[in-house]
Amino acid sequence: MHGIFTIYRKEMEDHFGSIRFLLIAALIVMVGVIIASMVGMSMQDELKGVAKPNFVFLLLFTSTGKLFSFTQFIGFLGPLIGIILGFDAVNRERTGRTLSKLVSQPIYRDAIINAKFLAGVTMIAIVMASLVLIISGLGIRLIGVVPGADEVWRLLIYLVLSILYISFWLGAAILFSVVFRSTATSALASLAAWIFLSFFVGLGGSFLADAVAPMQQTADVAQATEAFINNDRVQRIVSFLAPATLYGDATSTILDPLRKTPRSFILMGPLERLSLSRFQNPLPLVQSIVIVAPFMISLIAITFICFGICYMVFMRQEIRST
Amino acid sequence: MEKEIVIHMEGLTKRYGAQTVVDRLSLDVAEGEIFGFLGPNGAGKTTTMLMLLGLTEPTAGTVRVCGFDPARDPLKVKEIIGYLPENVGFYEDMDARQNLRYIARLNRIPDQVSTVRIDRLLDEVDLAKEAHKPVGSYSKGMKQRLGIAEVLIKEPRVVFLDEPTIGLDPDGTNKMLDMICALSRERQMTIFFSSHLLDQVQRISDRIGIMIKGKLVAAGPLAELAQRGLGLEEGEAYTLDQIYMKYFKEG
Repeated sequence: MHGIFTIYRKEMEDHFGSIRFLLIAALIVMVGVIIASMVGMSMQDELKGVAKPNFVFLLLFTSTGKLFSFTQFIGFLGPLIGIILGFDAVNRERTGRTLSKLVSQPIYRDAIINAKFLAGVTMIAIVMASLVLIISGLGIRLIGVVPGADEVWRLLIYLVLSILYISFWLGAAILFSVVFRSTATSALASLAAWIFLSFFVGLGGSFLADAVAPMQQTADVAQATEAFINNDRVQRIVSFLAPATLYGDATSTILDPLRKTPRSFILMGPLERLSLSRFQNPLPLVQSIVIVAPFMISLIAITFICFGICYMVFMRQEIRST
Repeated sequence: MEKEIVIHMEGLTKRYGAQTVVDRLSLDVAEGEIFGFLGPNGAGKTTTMLMLLGLTEPTAGTVRVCGFDPARDPLKVKEIIGYLPENVGFYEDMDARQNLRYIARLNRIPDQVSTVRIDRLLDEVDLAKEAHKPVGSYSKGMKQRLGIAEVLIKEPRVVFLDEPTIGLDPDGTNKMLDMICALSRERQMTIFFSSHLLDQVQRISDRIGIMIKGKLVAAGPLAELAQRGLGLEEGEAYTLDQIYMKYFKEG
């Protein structure tokens, strides 16, 4: 444990002094605050003379202003924080020839990689927590509504989800930094993985869905519906491979109590639709958590799988000075 | 009095796939000795060191460093040895003191103790004046000296130096060799160092091992190697060059 703590401390010092991390953090905080304040100001106008609707505070995070909502923004650009924190974690030590020195000190070898991952997660937590706090403070001033306990809990869960999501990308970036010797290669590989998983998996999903379960043009409504449902199911399964989808579905459900399912409305069964139209009250917190739990577990699972692969590769590598 | 054996290797073998890098190496090094490990590039010197440090597992054979098996008790071994890799690197944006402090902390040396040691060591390796500069601005020779300080900060029993003089100018080489000698004489440390440069090994080593293509072709004090290798009588003139070339051709 001693080794982990010493390396963790040094990594934290490095992160706080690293210009590229400070730049990306400043950028993300800036854009996040701008989005939230735009939404806040438009809400201010809309709320004039209206009795306070439910969960108005959470709308700060979920409603799309002119461009996109805060949660969508983190879904898109959050991974960059993780990538920037991790892409040169191990190969920087390798090219600087400090790795062989480090592994010959009396510490377990996994202390190195664990400490680097933990330091990255701490940085992510600091950035995300301060961002959510800044926006909340701004929101209280702009719309003059104090969040209730329920909303605070939802925000906390959202925070945990965001940290997990970005940590997945941190793990992926560290994995690339273990596999590739050059920092430029690992940076490009992380960016390629980010673009692929965030933007192209969705496209690939619809492509695959059309190939596996094509939609039929028939007069029979039941048959057409059946085909449509199958097609959509394949698309959803594929999109679960994309962390951005998991994150998007989970956050929209936890932050919007009126949403009772992460599934699209068209695919709901008739009974589900009936119940939805009858009970228009917001979902209680516990029920929202029940819906979000599988997504959260999947996010934890992919983060740990990613870090686990990275750990294994690193432990098996032979470390030479040349 | 018989001196304690601190490094013991027996039948040590390392294969990468079909290639045998170290072939049935058997060698003992006693406490306080300076052992020069000589051989051309790619002879398996660094691989042998990695096995002694527990950074690579041997394919076959046994290794003991101060009685510990580096593959099973890597931490115990790493606590008592110091290792200077070939072309050692530092955290270039930190200064000498911060670099040394980091290594000291990894060795669980409390800060009060390490502060005193760092000052003393920087004096010894003649870097006290440059201690506040970032290591990125250091010359090769200064970095190598800082490397020695870093090895000594944990006060090891055995020191492994991998090509400690590579890339140094004559002055830097002399300083380095004097420092290595002093370590052994004044602190009774056992020193195991590798080099492909004959004259340096000749100058400071108590005993020499010659390794060629993974095989230890000869080991012993210089005079003994000369007698055996060249068939010379005692007192006859010889150079290590001759001995080395003789074994090299045989190998």
